[in-house]
Amino acid sequence: MTLITALSVLGVLALIFGLILGFAAVRFRVESDPIVDQIDALLPQTQCGQCGYPGCRPYAEAIANGDDINKCPPGGETTIKNLSELMGVEAKPLDAAHGQEDVKKVAVIREDECIGCTKCIQACPVDAILGAAKQMHTVIAHECTGCDLCVEPCPVDCIDMVPVPVRPENWQWDLQQIPVRVVESSN
Amino acid sequence: MTFKIAASPHAHQRRTTQQVMRWVYVALIPGVLLQTYFFGVGVYIQLALALLTAWVAEGLAMRLRGRPIGHAWQDHTAIVTAVLLAISIPALAPWWIIVIGTAFSIIVVKHVYGGVGQNLFNPAMAGYVLLLVSFPVQMTSWPVPNELAQLQVTISDTAQLIFSGFTNSGYNLEQLRMGVDGVTMATPLDSLRNDLNHQLTLTEALNKPIFGGLAGIGWAWINIAFLLGGLVLIKQKIISWHIPGGMLVGLLVPAAVYWMFNPDQAITPMLHALSGATMLGAFFIATDPVTAATSNKGRWVFGLFIGFLVFVIRTWGGYPDAVAFAVLLANMTVPVIDKYTQPVAYGHGGRS
Amino acid sequence: MSAATKAIEAGHIWTFPGGIHPPERKELSNQSAIRQLPLAPHYHVPVKQHSGAPGDLLVQVGDKVKAGQALTQVGVNNGLPVHAPTSGTVTAIGAGIIAHPSGLADTIITITADGDDSATTLAPIADYTAVSRAELLERIKQAGIAGLGGAGFPTAQKLALQRPLDYLIINGVECEPYISADDRLMREHAQTIIDGTEILLHLAACEKALIAIEANKPEAISAFEALLHEHPKLALRVVPVKYPSGGEKQLIQLLTGRQVPSRGLPIDVGLVMQNVGTAYAVAQAVVQGKPLIERVVTVTGENVEQPGNYWVRLGTPVDYLLEQCGFKPEPEQRVIMGGPMMGFTLADLSVPVVKITNCILVPSSQELAPAQDEMACIRCGACADVCPAQLLPQQMVWLAKAKDYDGLEKQNLFDCIECGACAYVCPSEIPLVHYYRKAKAEIRNIAREKAKAEVARERFEARQERLEREKEERLERHRKAAEARKKAQAEAVEKGGDNPQDAVQAAIARAKARKAAQAAAAADKKTEGDDA
Repeated sequence: MTLITALSVLGVLALIFGLILGFAAVRFRVESDPIVDQIDALLPQTQCGQCGYPGCRPYAEAIANGDDINKCPPGGETTIKNLSELMGVEAKPLDAAHGQEDVKKVAVIREDECIGCTKCIQACPVDAILGAAKQMHTVIAHECTGCDLCVEPCPVDCIDMVPVPVRPENWQWDLQQIPVRVVESSN
Repeated sequence: MTFKIAASPHAHQRRTTQQVMRWVYVALIPGVLLQTYFFGVGVYIQLALALLTAWVAEGLAMRLRGRPIGHAWQDHTAIVTAVLLAISIPALAPWWIIVIGTAFSIIVVKHVYGGVGQNLFNPAMAGYVLLLVSFPVQMTSWPVPNELAQLQVTISDTAQLIFSGFTNSGYNLEQLRMGVDGVTMATPLDSLRNDLNHQLTLTEALNKPIFGGLAGIGWAWINIAFLLGGLVLIKQKIISWHIPGGMLVGLLVPAAVYWMFNPDQAITPMLHALSGATMLGAFFIATDPVTAATSNKGRWVFGLFIGFLVFVIRTWGGYPDAVAFAVLLANMTVPVIDKYTQPVAYGHGGRS
Repeated sequence: MSAATKAIEAGHIWTFPGGIHPPERKELSNQSAIRQLPLAPHYHVPVKQHSGAPGDLLVQVGDKVKAGQALTQVGVNNGLPVHAPTSGTVTAIGAGIIAHPSGLADTIITITADGDDSATTLAPIADYTAVSRAELLERIKQAGIAGLGGAGFPTAQKLALQRPLDYLIINGVECEPYISADDRLMREHAQTIIDGTEILLHLAACEKALIAIEANKPEAISAFEALLHEHPKLALRVVPVKYPSGGEKQLIQLLTGRQVPSRGLPIDVGLVMQNVGTAYAVAQAVVQGKPLIERVVTVTGENVEQPGNYWVRLGTPVDYLLEQCGFKPEPEQRVIMGGPMMGFTLADLSVPVVKITNCILVPSSQELAPAQDEMACIRCGACADVCPAQLLPQQMVWLAKAKDYDGLEKQNLFDCIECGACAYVCPSEIPLVHYYRKAKAEIRNIAREKAKAEVARERFEARQERLEREKEERLERHRKAAEARKKAQAEAVEKGGDNPQDAVQAAIARAKARKAAQAAAAADKKTEGDDA
């Protein structure tokens, strides 16, 4: 008899708490972005494909389905840290198989050497190269993500990846890096 | 030639931690001198022991933490902790009391929490409380103020007493603490607490030789000396007035109100102010910036809270003095105080 | 009139929290009158000397220019013109090190002086009340006037905001130690500053100007007191000596008790502030027609033999300026552009004096000892006590070291005015402001990157969509073509009554021909490419 009482009491309690939890889950549901959008927002949108997927969103979908978070060299450590926080997994070092973290770069076409083949235009994931067949091409520098994808297809190797220049506006207060010029003393 | 590149500001107020600490030592001098006058040179022996222990403990802790030992003394915080603890304990306490207390303060209370600036609790007071709850007899055995003592104690007697427990002529501390009336002397607060608990009225309780003068022989003068030292620190802008002010208001206002309604059962405000560790606590202990609130409003709340706790513990608690407990309890509340007293930043709706 | 306004009118001076009292050391430079600096052989005029975009170039290498001739014009970016500081020849236009803490290069116009110093001016406007507001603003813009107090915001742009104003504040506080350029200018040219203030008042459609001077400048105060009784719209306010009472936000708090909202502008609380030097330049530009080609610069510090204030043409290289003042450098000399609290060190002395340069400070290592090694924070709280913006500097340093940028923004990092008071008092010599500047730059960079990433994402998605659409269109075309063929075939069969077998044969033949054509087209495409 005691056993039955105990079991039924527990059962009723379980039911009541279940109802409360169920109600809370419905009543206090937190609306959030689908996880893929959240992951995509953390990726650098370079669209370089170094992760092995054809762009940032496909990689975001892959992460949502359980792929590793350390395959994005342009994002580097910061992105891995942010992703680890979002996904609740351990931050791992960048997977060297996918490349290394590098300074931000921008593609520049040596315009006098360009033959106008349009191959780079087709390769550019963000349509940042202007030009037409047999016409000289040029990179819209501020749209370029520095993904490197246009370099390989170029048949005449006229595309350089140059580091984004430091300007007074985006200077990071690295006082140690100011070149100190030695001036001849006048006296 | 080359030109040096540096970050602004290029001007710097050369008031280093050492300078700040030097002022603290200077401000402590009058109180320590008076303490020596009333309680004997044991104070100096305790100071020496505390400094030595602090030096060894700091070096050891820095070494264990893999930090350069040379930095250990630079910030002077260990010295201040040692000095405050040494002048807080009875002058004739056995040598191991101060050694245990100082080592605990430095190693556990400061370095285990991450070293300078990271400790949650006031190191000197945490050490004091550890000693008080572990060795209550030794920690409450204050010597008799010299004016009331039956037996005069020489310097060598003092050293003997601290290191072996007996003077040259074989007296122990308990015998030395006998007053002129042949009764063991307690500190004014201790005596008063006992007597009030034994249903004596205030007038009866105060009818003892220790209550000569303003607020107890010796103690009143020592407190006045620390008060003066503290005022110097405020004048020099080493400490702000908010914490000591808050603590004295928090202690004396409730004490005065309570005393007005229970004139025969309560400790007088005068005794509260000038007895025990009140002034030392208000100006030198509670003001430790690491463990106090940061904004002026927060400091004011922090001080008030300490003062009120001192009043409550002295009036109803189980220990005669309460500064150490009150400071530690207030230390715990600092994060909350800081959270709710954070000043409104410029341009965020505050009024000037 | 509300009580607050009454108090402002009555000359009440409010207070601001924190602040410090560093040694002023103004006596080093404020004892003698402003001297004229002799003409330099070369001038380096950066095209950008204000906050905003540079103007478009008007000159070429080899051009002869006169003093005051515009070298750039407003142009498409709505920039601010710069002018030739003296007559001579443009000998170079190219990258040169600019007056910026980074020591980076930007476009600089180099002018070799011919020694004549022949000048050209704009037409003087005798009665500024007779011309339109637009014309006056245009004049101020054409004269190249930007805030001379330090920020370098284009003055005309500030005045063009048509919002109701309670007060115009003329800032003559000059609270930074060592600097006395505004002090001397106020002593010697109070009348011109007052004229400029009247013009600014007229432009701002404002009824009252408050001229603020710090109490440590009694000569400047009496110079104004002597003149102000003829100007009922102008009132003098003497503010107590405390650094940084000359900061825009702090001065507003001192004079009106108001606070500029976070990330807002003074005009949000009905105020506009101009520096005394700016008021002087405005009067010069309107009344005399003189564009901004020179300013007062304090040259001071113990390592210069003749410290004092000089009229210096904009573009004068710092090494020439220092040479004229008897520069005797020590090893590892610091050359600071600006004052000891907020100025920056120069790595190269070819840097020119620009519109915002108020001081060149060459201290000896005894008077301003170089920073020592940073020690651990002891949480003494001195930094929070002196912060005029009521921030929590020690918390912010921890967050900055941990690169917790969200936390920093929650602690209102961007309300920090970088006055340096916290670092000045820190007993552990932590360069707090430097940590904040780095964190601010990093946060701005992250925001820029994020905006860029957002654009890249949109462009990537647009491209994906386009490719998808093109694929579908291609399929659709093929499907339609196939349908048309089928239809034609069926029609042909119907009409001609051909044997369906023949039709099949014919179709195979057609398919073969099409394949051959496609192969040819593909080969073509390889050479020609696709005009995507």
